[in-house]
Amino acid sequence: MTAVLDTPTGTPTPPVRTVASRPSPVAAGLTAAQVEELGRRLDAIRDRVVASRGADDAAYIHSVIRKQRYLEIGGRALLFAGVLPPAWVAGTAMLAASKILENMELGHNVMHGQWDWMRDPKIHSTTWEWDNTSPAAAWKYTHNYEHHTYTNVVGRDRDVGYGILRMSDEQPWRPYYLGNPLWNALLATFFQWGVALHDLEAEKIASGEKSLKSIWPQLKAIGRKMRRQFTKDYLVFPALAGPFFLPVLAGNATANLVRNLWSHAIIFCGHFPDGAVQFTEEQLADETRGQWYLRQMLGSANLDGGPLFHLMTGNLSFQIEHHLFPDLPSNRYAEIAPEVRALCAEYGLEYTTGPLWKQYGQVLRTINRLALPPRVAGSPPASR
Amino acid sequence: MFKALVALTTPLLPEDYLSLVDPLWSTTELRGRVVAVRRETARATTLVIRPGRAWTGHRAGQYVRIGVDVDGVRHWRTYSLSGPEGGQDITITVQAVADGLVSRHLVDATPVGTIVRLEPAAGDFVLPSPVPSKLLMITAGSGITPVMSMLRTLGDHPDVVVLHSAPTADGVIFADELRARGAVVRHTGEQGRLDLAELDVRCPDWREREAYVCGPAGLLDAATAHWADHLDRLHVERFTPPARSAGGEGGTVCFGDREVDVDGGASLLEAGEDAGVLLPSGCRMGICFSCVLPLRDGQVRDLRTGEIHGEPGDLVQTCISGATGTARLDLPTT
Repeated sequence: MTAVLDTPTGTPTPPVRTVASRPSPVAAGLTAAQVEELGRRLDAIRDRVVASRGADDAAYIHSVIRKQRYLEIGGRALLFAGVLPPAWVAGTAMLAASKILENMELGHNVMHGQWDWMRDPKIHSTTWEWDNTSPAAAWKYTHNYEHHTYTNVVGRDRDVGYGILRMSDEQPWRPYYLGNPLWNALLATFFQWGVALHDLEAEKIASGEKSLKSIWPQLKAIGRKMRRQFTKDYLVFPALAGPFFLPVLAGNATANLVRNLWSHAIIFCGHFPDGAVQFTEEQLADETRGQWYLRQMLGSANLDGGPLFHLMTGNLSFQIEHHLFPDLPSNRYAEIAPEVRALCAEYGLEYTTGPLWKQYGQVLRTINRLALPPRVAGSPPASR
Repeated sequence: MFKALVALTTPLLPEDYLSLVDPLWSTTELRGRVVAVRRETARATTLVIRPGRAWTGHRAGQYVRIGVDVDGVRHWRTYSLSGPEGGQDITITVQAVADGLVSRHLVDATPVGTIVRLEPAAGDFVLPSPVPSKLLMITAGSGITPVMSMLRTLGDHPDVVVLHSAPTADGVIFADELRARGAVVRHTGEQGRLDLAELDVRCPDWREREAYVCGPAGLLDAATAHWADHLDRLHVERFTPPARSAGGEGGTVCFGDREVDVDGGASLLEAGEDAGVLLPSGCRMGICFSCVLPLRDGQVRDLRTGEIHGEPGDLVQTCISGATGTARLDLPTT
């Protein structure tokens, strides 16, 4: 699933190919000049949104924060009455919804600096900490820097497989990957713990890039965060419920599980459905602004849905727009999506999008296919 | 107890949930709620603000830094407190500046119920204790505000001479109250500016009085010259807009690991904030040193004087320093 970005000008090219590619200014059938023109037109969209950020956007994020906190308070309160099944179900659902909002629409986006322009120290990328075992500082490094800079570059973007899955034909097959579907199921179930450990970049210790000693402070920070998160959800709140310890414990665990499964599904649908392109390290050489934009567009995939669905994905359903402009306020992605899509159409680029069930089905199919060695599994599906 | 509560709210603080009920309950941010708005003139408004419990009061003549959200963006400005010492509420009286984003917002678009951020009151422009028996106040324009706080605190002090100037009769803030307190109000549009030489006529014993002067820089400079032989009697408060340097050279400055291009006329603080860096800030006029950051390397340019200065480790006032080539500043660790 790696793109050849070097094709004769004007020839429409299916962006999905299985062979390694070469660095080139010519991408997906576009001339170098066209790629830079595309970049300037995307810059113009960004400039327009930046210039129009204002009180309405501030009101939006304040309102999401308020709703999330009320949901959390309400959910935890209902769980105290969790011996009654309707209260348990409603409380768990509210807590799960609150955790999803907190992680995705708030935590992820605030830590991207989407709201730094408000200069509110309470809603700022340098001060935000989220309800997740991964400490903010480590997350910002692996996500904001590594993933968003080297998006979909096999070997550089550690979100390609999280170091434990085979998510690309470019990753050489090993017998370990026979467990690909199982490893994925485990990652989805324990997603927040997986993300926290992911930040350690343990594979760099194996390869000698990092020393064990150098990760000790990081390990301590992660351990401290994990302990606090664990204590809150699995000790303190259940204990406060006294005789209803177990229903609260079960509700909190279920809410965390739902959040894990949901965020894992949304995140994997961002870059691994059919049509999303992966890249090789050589393609990074001398990459221009326009080429960077192009890589973000080709490497990301959107999800179709209504306003509530978009909110519950933290607007990562606009993954393409988010990867083009990771620091624009998330509530503005819906507004610019039609323009980005029109640009894609104009330049003959695929704008990958689809409903969640379809996109996630494709992701799972790819995970299963890549579990097997290439000669057994066959080629990836060509462009749709 | 607090620690136990934090175990429930981690990674947030209890106040992040309590603020849903009342934003004033915050303990990490001092906040206030606008409880009354009073129009003073066409361009000036008094805001009565109820501060949170962490407010420790003020002395008459002091100023407060206030953080206001204008079109979603937090801005900090410094205003004199115009109300008397003591009491539950504080007041500021703001006069709109023609191109003043924040002052116009406070004067025209701040309804009752607005939440603002506050810092503790500060400033040395205060009455000594015990209060001198003879006082002279010379003010102009919005320079009346700290002095009004003093007058209101003094109540019926027997011997205060107040000489206030404003361009027109309509533009006099606190006009009725000043008249009631026996102040001499001069309309400079008709009568011209006050010449301090007139003091010998208007207040022959001015040398024996403790003098408080607040207004534009020209008035303060004139007062400093006039009181040259009696400087210990003179107290001035300078409120000037942020210094600008059209001739600044500009350059590139790193705030921590964030690189920001700084235009010649821009302060490091403005340029950093515009780029989204969260920087400590204070008075924005070079007097309070809240905004200082340690210089790692390079040099900076004093926008007020044009002086190029800086040694590694120096604390640089970012609000009045511009770029000159490249420099790196360390950010405070949070």
